[in-house]
Formats: sequence, C-alpha cells, structure tokens
Amino acid sequence: MSKPEKLIENGIRLDGRKPDELRPIKIKVGVLNRADGSCYFEFGGNKVIAAVYGPREVHPRHMQKSTSAVVRYRYNMASFSVEERKRPGPDRRSIEVSKVSREALEPVIFQEYFPRSAIDIFVEVLQADAGTRTAGINAASLALADAGIPMKSLVSACAVGKVDDTLVLDLNKDEDNYGQADMPIAMTPDGKITLLQMDGHLTRDEFREGLEMAKSGCMAIAEMQKAALLEKYSGQIGGDAIE
Amino acid sequence: MDKKLVIPGEFLSDDANLADEGTYVEEGKVFSSVFGIASLKNHVRVVPLSGKYIPRPDDMIIGIITEVSFSNWIVDIRSPYEGLLHISEFPRRIENTDMSKYLKVGDAIITLVTDVDPSMKVELTLNDQKLRQIKEGRIIDVTPSKVPRLIGRSGSMIAMLKNETNCNIFIGQNGRVWVTGKDKDIELAVKAILKIETESHVSGLTDRLTRFLKEEKDKKEKGPGKEHEGKEETRIEEQKEDNTEENVEPAEEEKQQKVQEKAEEKKSGGILDELLGDEK
Repeated sequence: MSKPEKLIENGIRLDGRKPDELRPIKIKVGVLNRADGSCYFEFGGNKVIAAVYGPREVHPRHMQKSTSAVVRYRYNMASFSVEERKRPGPDRRSIEVSKVSREALEPVIFQEYFPRSAIDIFVEVLQADAGTRTAGINAASLALADAGIPMKSLVSACAVGKVDDTLVLDLNKDEDNYGQADMPIAMTPDGKITLLQMDGHLTRDEFREGLEMAKSGCMAIAEMQKAALLEKYSGQIGGDAIE
Repeated sequence: MDKKLVIPGEFLSDDANLADEGTYVEEGKVFSSVFGIASLKNHVRVVPLSGKYIPRPDDMIIGIITEVSFSNWIVDIRSPYEGLLHISEFPRRIENTDMSKYLKVGDAIITLVTDVDPSMKVELTLNDQKLRQIKEGRIIDVTPSKVPRLIGRSGSMIAMLKNETNCNIFIGQNGRVWVTGKDKDIELAVKAILKIETESHVSGLTDRLTRFLKEEKDKKEKGPGKEHEGKEETRIEEQKEDNTEENVEPAEEEKQQKVQEKAEEKKSGGILDELLGDEK
C-alpha cells in the first residue's frame, strides 16, 4: 500500500475516528480450558489470544529464583497475522516485545508469593493491525487475573502517536507506517506507567499532551477489562447474587 | 450485600487492620489482590475464583507418588511445589530397599503437611491414624479455592452429599476429592461435586443441589432410598492399620448395601415400585 496523501482530513482520520478516539474493543475472558487463565482480545483489527500457566515448576531448573517467581512472557505473531507471510519463530522484534511486555506486567504481580516457581504468559497474535504489543499486554493482564494470580491491579495499554502534525490516540496501520511518531504506553489504573516506548519525534509539549491522551485511553480500556472479567461470572444463574 | 465480585486492585476498605487473605495494603488502604469474591464481614478477605494450591502446615491433602528416591517418596500435591514424604514418616519402620513395596509410583495417599519452609520445601507425613494409602474409589480434581464451599459451613454441604449419594467422600485441601461407594453412586456424587465447583459463587447453592440430586435420582428411576442414617460416619477415622481396614471395609459396605436394598423394597411410591408393580 502506498502512502495516502492525507492521514487526517477535517479532524477525521482515515478510519473515521476522531484524534482521541480508540478503536472498537472486544474482550472475552476464559477462552481456553486447558490454560490456568486465558483471554481473547480484539483491538480494532488486532486479534490476540493470551494464555497463562502457573505458578508452576520451573524448567529448566537453573532459571528458578529462590525468593520469587519468574515471569516468562512469550509474544509471538502467527505466520498468517500479516499480509506478507511472517517467517515463524522468534526474531529480533518479537524478543524485544516479549521483554518489554514482561516488564510491563512484572511490577503488578506479587512474585514473592511463589518462590521457586514460574508464571508463563503466552501471547499469540492472530491478526496484526498496529498496536499488537498493547493488545497483548491488555490480554495478558486479564489472563493473569483469570488464573487467580495475585496482582496489585490490572494493566492497560494503548498507543499515542503523531500523524500530519496532530496527536492521535491508538494508531492504525497506515498511521503507524506513515506517521511521525508512535508511543505505546502501559499503565495501572492509578496512573503508574509500566511501559513507555517511543519511535519518531515529539516535542516536549506534544509528549506531555500525548501522555494525557494515553492515560484517558488506558482508563477507558481498564473499564472494559473490568467489565469483561465480571462478565465471565455474571452469565450464570442468579446474576450478581453471590454467596 | 457484604459479598461481591472484585478484580485485582479494587478498593475494599479504609481500615488496614481488617486486611486478610487475598488483599494487600497500600497507604493505609486495603485493596483486593486477586480476582474473586470479597467478603467484608469482620475481616476483609477475597477468595479467588481460581488458582493453584499453595501448601500450608496442617493441611490434609491427597497426593500421588511420582518418584521413589533414596529415602523419600516424592509426591505430586497439585501445587507448583512437590511434597516430600520421608521414610521415617511412614507408619512402620521399613528399609530403604523396600520403599516401593509399600508405596510405588502412581499410588495415591491421604497425607498431612507437617512443614513448609520459606523456600517452599514441603514435608509430608503418614504418621497418623487418619492418613493412609487410597486403594479404591475415584479421585477427582476441583479448584482448591472452592474446597471450603464444597465442605460447607461446619461440614453441612459434604454431610448432605454423603447422605444423599450413599458415598464416602474425603476432600483434600489441595482440591483432590476421593469418593468411594457403589459405581452408580460415585457417578452421581462426582456430578454433584462438579456442579458445586462451577456454581460455587452463586447463592442458594445448597437448595439447588438438593433439587439437582433429587432430579438425578428420579431420572435414574431409583426408589426414594434417601434416608440412610449413620452412613456418613467416617470410616477412615475408626480404622487402625492399612491391612485390617481393607478387609473390614468391603464387608461393611456390603452390609450397608443389603440394608439399603431391603429398605428400597419395603418403601412404596417410588418409580421403581410402580414399574415392578405393573409387571407383577
């Protein structure tokens, strides 16, 4: 695809969104029976599935920590997730995404509760459309909660960027490819940032403004995450009548 | 209502002294640390809806032998950590070489956690009358956090279940449940236990379960053979040695079965009686 002439026209983006609008989100918790916790997450055109196993025994043994659990995060893109077939297996990019995503979630997990154990998180990207790492973190945080792992809070993530000299929330594929900046951010509902990356250029003021936009985006996502978790158990008899 | 579904990080209370399991305290406030059901009575605690079993001293659990090493049996206790049963914790004095004659890989045992150290080394024992090998019946797995619900307030749920299904049921703290009885009865008990597991968070569970058991029984066209008093007396606690109880149990069971059959014959109004009556 070639570069569109304009990415924003009259304050409306190519996909019809306003600059501070998120793409539609669809969440389902507990989609895999064999995993301890799981979540399917749709973020615009992104479709990711996250599975959590553990705490469980660490293999290989030498990886285990005697005072806390090890968290392992594997981000993987399916070969069919992008237009041009992606060569399967870990590459430079997915290793990096795995590392930063793990570090985005580690601060909220009570790792010290489970010495000598491992918490494994697997994120598979089924369809990619810019912002897969944020979608993966959103999904993984829900899968962790679903697995009953003690956490300080959930983690929500979304990106801000700059296209046509305008700050926009949650970039789509074209804006990501042809925009001037892309900044994925993950944070807890009380505003503690656990992931912040940036590629491209922003001025200081743009950065500050972008951060605020991302914050409101993450808050909106956090609400949806909460609703999705509660929904898993509300579909049953008695609704919210809990004993 | 003082119980509700909460997510990790949800604010629960201003009083840090009330914080109990499933919560954490930050700046004097109590937050939930797990996705589960919060109860705000007396203490603020959250019971997770899922999660692994984490061993604690004095837990009575069901383990399965995975390995026989030089002087320890290594036991799978359905947890991230393995259990160690030392040879000296076996009720009788046995030689290292004879270990697998008594307990071999794959055997199930009712065991007690004696100690868990900070690095999560779990020590087990069989040195108690209640503790022994499991030789018959069926073992099923439930979510460990739902064990209290399965037992019920002061054992009400499990007593009801034992009564209604004519099975003997032992629930390990690690979520393994051991059911013994007649094959048909075991099936019903297992169904009921799995129902409790999936619906443990919905109110009115006991009533619904009573209804469920009744329906299941009617479906099977079994007579109204419910009232067997004294059936739930735990046989485990009475026995002294592995070998003797093996002999006693079947006999006892047979007797009870006979009594049950007689009772069914005598009772009128059951579907079975109706059918039999037609044939006659």
